[in-house]
Amino acid sequence: MTAVPPGLSDLSTSNVGRSRRARNRIATLLVYASVLVAAVPLMFVLVYVARKGLAVVNPEFLTSDIPISSRRPGPGMGPAVVGTLLITLAATVMAVPLGILAAVYVTEYGQGSRLAGAIRFLSDVMAGVPSIVMGLFIYTVWVLRFGQSGFAGALALAALMLPIVIRSTESMLRLVPDDLREGSTALGASKSRVILSVVLPAALPGITSGSLLAVARAAGETAPLLFTIGAARAVNLGMFEGPNTALSSQIFANAQLPFAGAQERAWGAALTLIVIVLVLTIVARVISRRFTVR
Amino acid sequence: MPVDLESRPAPGPVAAGPGLAGARRRVADHVFRVAALASGLSVLVVLALIAGSMAQKAWPAFRHSGLDFVTSSRWAPNVEVFGALAFVAGTLLVSVIALVFAVPVSIGIALFLSELAPRRLRRPVIYLIDLLAAIPSVVFGLWGLLVLAPAIVGVYETFGGWMESVPVLGTVFGPPYNGKSLFTAGLILALMITPIITSISREVFDTVPAAQKEAAFALSATRWEMIRGAILPHSRSGVTGAVMLGLGRAMGETIAAALVIGSSPQLTARLFGSGDAMAAVIANQFGEAGGLHRSALIGLGVVLFAMTIVVNAVARSVVRRQPASARGGR
Repeated sequence: MTAVPPGLSDLSTSNVGRSRRARNRIATLLVYASVLVAAVPLMFVLVYVARKGLAVVNPEFLTSDIPISSRRPGPGMGPAVVGTLLITLAATVMAVPLGILAAVYVTEYGQGSRLAGAIRFLSDVMAGVPSIVMGLFIYTVWVLRFGQSGFAGALALAALMLPIVIRSTESMLRLVPDDLREGSTALGASKSRVILSVVLPAALPGITSGSLLAVARAAGETAPLLFTIGAARAVNLGMFEGPNTALSSQIFANAQLPFAGAQERAWGAALTLIVIVLVLTIVARVISRRFTVR
Repeated sequence: MPVDLESRPAPGPVAAGPGLAGARRRVADHVFRVAALASGLSVLVVLALIAGSMAQKAWPAFRHSGLDFVTSSRWAPNVEVFGALAFVAGTLLVSVIALVFAVPVSIGIALFLSELAPRRLRRPVIYLIDLLAAIPSVVFGLWGLLVLAPAIVGVYETFGGWMESVPVLGTVFGPPYNGKSLFTAGLILALMITPIITSISREVFDTVPAAQKEAAFALSATRWEMIRGAILPHSRSGVTGAVMLGLGRAMGETIAAALVIGSSPQLTARLFGSGDAMAAVIANQFGEAGGLHRSALIGLGVVLFAMTIVVNAVARSVVRRQPASARGGR
């Protein structure tokens, strides 16, 4: 192996010129460094939030009302936890079925048609619409008429999730082999039957994990909620009545206050929110790894 | 013995012929098709509604300010003067700062994942990027405001001191030094757009044909020479698209910037001083705005919407030109 036959030059790395080897090494080092450059601040943020947050988060913090005066130290964030869960759930109920059906249209019905192409392109464009614009949009079409409520916030989050769900579902439906579609059509199944009982179940794990990632993204968003849900200091279970609150908006508000108690609550809310988002993300990853269709 | 199949009565409504069941099935089929089409159209409807409703509410401010809305940098809501140039410039400055830091790092991580990483390091680094993408922007903003901003002023002062006698840089990196500044906002945004640029670049790098890489190695290229000669030329348009998607995200990112940018409405190139960006202005002023001021803020949203649409549409068409598997995003 190592002996070089006569007439051929030695191409092993030992024969590479010194400056070329040095350049290669520098490039390799830079690539490794770039991983560190991203990892170090991330660790700083996570460790800091965990340290500050763990000092305040306890069952009482997660359940009791937000103090009437922001100056007051102590817990809690109960209304914001409830608000985040409720608003995100409502947004999911609206955006996920709509997004899956839209993706079904694009991949199963509209193949190759202009309209389907336009919908695909526009859902890509819609995915790039800034979240604050989604908030302004719901403000102009909903809040101006019906006032601020949890539901208005859910509408804004749903508008944000819709293109993400469409895109991830679309790519999952494309992975379903055509043999399955042709086979069930040959057995006499109608098109809707093929889609509902064969194609969607085959793609279900991927669709679930993609949708969960969209939910995680929505749960962490603040900007769409700023002008849509208002502010509340007690739990509001009525999605259509009166102002509500969420963890992200509480972090945003309390971070800007100069009071130690408010800032502590902001760190506690940040830890709670990160945990919620991470749990959703991890569940999504586990589902997609366990059931990946290859 | 031949069986007469024809004369046998059909056992129940199984056959797909033109019976009652067939009709019901066709109706169900049609209903489902229409539902799917309607859902698909909802994207068009929402986008049209966004543009229409916001333009309508912004119209009073546009009519009031005319072209000054985007060419003047005087923003004085109390006397109803609305010139958003400083915010447009701030948005672009912050986004460029974010790209300057995020692009090399993201391409480095993408190269690490697709070419260099040992098997057991690959997965942890992928998780790291996922984690970075999962952290809510308001948490980055909180950390940036309460931890990074106070700590980084010293760095700004030192660096500004070094640059003092250099002609242009002396101004750009000169005083006033403020922890809440355009530069701090750019740094935080860089962290936030790194995952998106990384994941798309990696998918683009993975589409480079193995034959081309092996050909480069066969010509006795070092790994770096293989990257420069085979991978980068092949991926140029895909990575350009990834960078533009990152730019679109940075321009629209609101909350983190709103917390650390310093909120001062002036046209400035002093990166270590406070400034403002479109999304941040909307977030910070909307609550206490009324009448024409509110209309002007919605107008700011319209301008931001238009800018991000253009950037994203161009980015998408660049990325779509790549092979199917190179299209990224979450």
